[in-house]
Amino acid sequence: MKGWSIAFAGIARREFLRFTRQRERFLAALVRPLVWLFIFAAGFRSVLGLSITPPYRTYVLYEVYVIPGLCGMILLFSGMQSSLSMVYDRETGAMRSLLVSPYPRWFLLGAKLFSAVLVAVLQAYAFLLIAWFWGVRPPWVGYVTVLPALILAGLMLGSLGLLISSAIRQLENFAGVMNFVIFPMFFASSALYPLWRMRESSVLLYHICAWNPFTHSVELIRFALYGQIEPLALAATLGCLVVFFGATIFMYDPAKGLWRGRKGGAS
Amino acid sequence: MSADQGSALRIAGVSHRFGATEALRDVSFQVGKGEFCALLGVNGAGKTTLFSLITRLYDSSSGLIGVAGYDARRQPSKALARLGVVFQSRALDGDLTLRQNLAYHAALHGMGGAAARSRIAEVTGLVGLSGKETDRVSTLSGGQLRRAEVARALLHRPELLLLDEATAGLDLRARAELVALVRRLIAEEGVSTLWATHIFEEIAPEDHVVILHRGAVLADGRASEIAAGTTLAGRFLDLTGAGRAA
Repeated sequence: MKGWSIAFAGIARREFLRFTRQRERFLAALVRPLVWLFIFAAGFRSVLGLSITPPYRTYVLYEVYVIPGLCGMILLFSGMQSSLSMVYDRETGAMRSLLVSPYPRWFLLGAKLFSAVLVAVLQAYAFLLIAWFWGVRPPWVGYVTVLPALILAGLMLGSLGLLISSAIRQLENFAGVMNFVIFPMFFASSALYPLWRMRESSVLLYHICAWNPFTHSVELIRFALYGQIEPLALAATLGCLVVFFGATIFMYDPAKGLWRGRKGGAS
Repeated sequence: MSADQGSALRIAGVSHRFGATEALRDVSFQVGKGEFCALLGVNGAGKTTLFSLITRLYDSSSGLIGVAGYDARRQPSKALARLGVVFQSRALDGDLTLRQNLAYHAALHGMGGAAARSRIAEVTGLVGLSGKETDRVSTLSGGQLRRAEVARALLHRPELLLLDEATAGLDLRARAELVALVRRLIAEEGVSTLWATHIFEEIAPEDHVVILHRGAVLADGRASEIAAGTTLAGRFLDLTGAGRAA
């Protein structure tokens, strides 16, 4: 097991080193949700009325409602950043050197995924700290109970990113991921507005949002931030994690993946 | 079929297709222990595809690939643990220092702590990059970068070193230095080498040469024997019917 832990630590260390070398990436990851919190939330606050819905026990300001969604936004963008980084590594050849390691691919991909999620969770905590100064203060215990939810949601969204990376042949195609994955997932979810609000506007849109895995990640984070577990959100996030990661391993398997018959391959 | 214990690499009846295109057709040859074997072929001959099969980046449709006695398909971990690979494209991260890169790749082979530090110092010395450990890889010259790639491939003391057109893009001097370095490593470290190239000057008369053309092996033997009284380049053109320099 020692060799496995060394390999995991090596992969995690590289992720952190790359992250610290790219400070603008950290700033961009924080600026995006902060713009929503400081600017959009102020505007929506007067437009959107929020009823008392669990886990909130009273009326809450829009800024309070939107915080879990913005944590989810950090994890979602981080997951897609991992996808971009995998495609880049594949184009440069770094991916080949990872995949020719003697450790099994599920372990190598899992270690890379988990390392990227740890970096994303740090960003989410940095955001929660800024939000605290902005006046959004969940109970102290929430900062602890939200940790497993952030990790689980990050793993699920990161797995989706890895799965997408196996299907993207060139870095240039990543713009398509932005348009067809990130934006629809984020906006068609409970991140910015509660689902009951959505149902008032369109039942179809409500169902789309309710089936969106990102909605369940956000709800998992929302309840965990108040020391609670939302069983459906937990089950949906776990289920999607298993499906996405399983599909990723299949896609990166040299004998089975989508690209096994094509030159260039998933590797 | 079993992977031959006596050879560093055994390729037996390997074929591979990309859709309707047959990239490799019943390829068979062996690389002996401590041997330098040149895999000679023009671009598109199937050299990189064969490397991708040996390294398990692709799965072979048929045949057997044995690395140091281990079947690459049935015992991939054991086979890969005995392989060091220098790819055509750069595998090192330009944003990180040479030492950080080597530490990462050592970890991918389960090497950490003092053992990894000691081996990193050893391989950077072997390839003549001592003193460059704290330099960012993006600041290294083309020749230094290729030597750094060789250092990376040697970290875990592989029994077989695969180099896929390792001199591509290098000037004459850097190319000659890299070839000399690999030959020295074979002598000092006893590592067997499969060197894919299309440059005849990199091959010595006593080298084992396998000529690969359109996915099939056309010749397998000593360079001097294949040349048969003429030049290797001339013989290569005769065999492939290319009518142009490889």
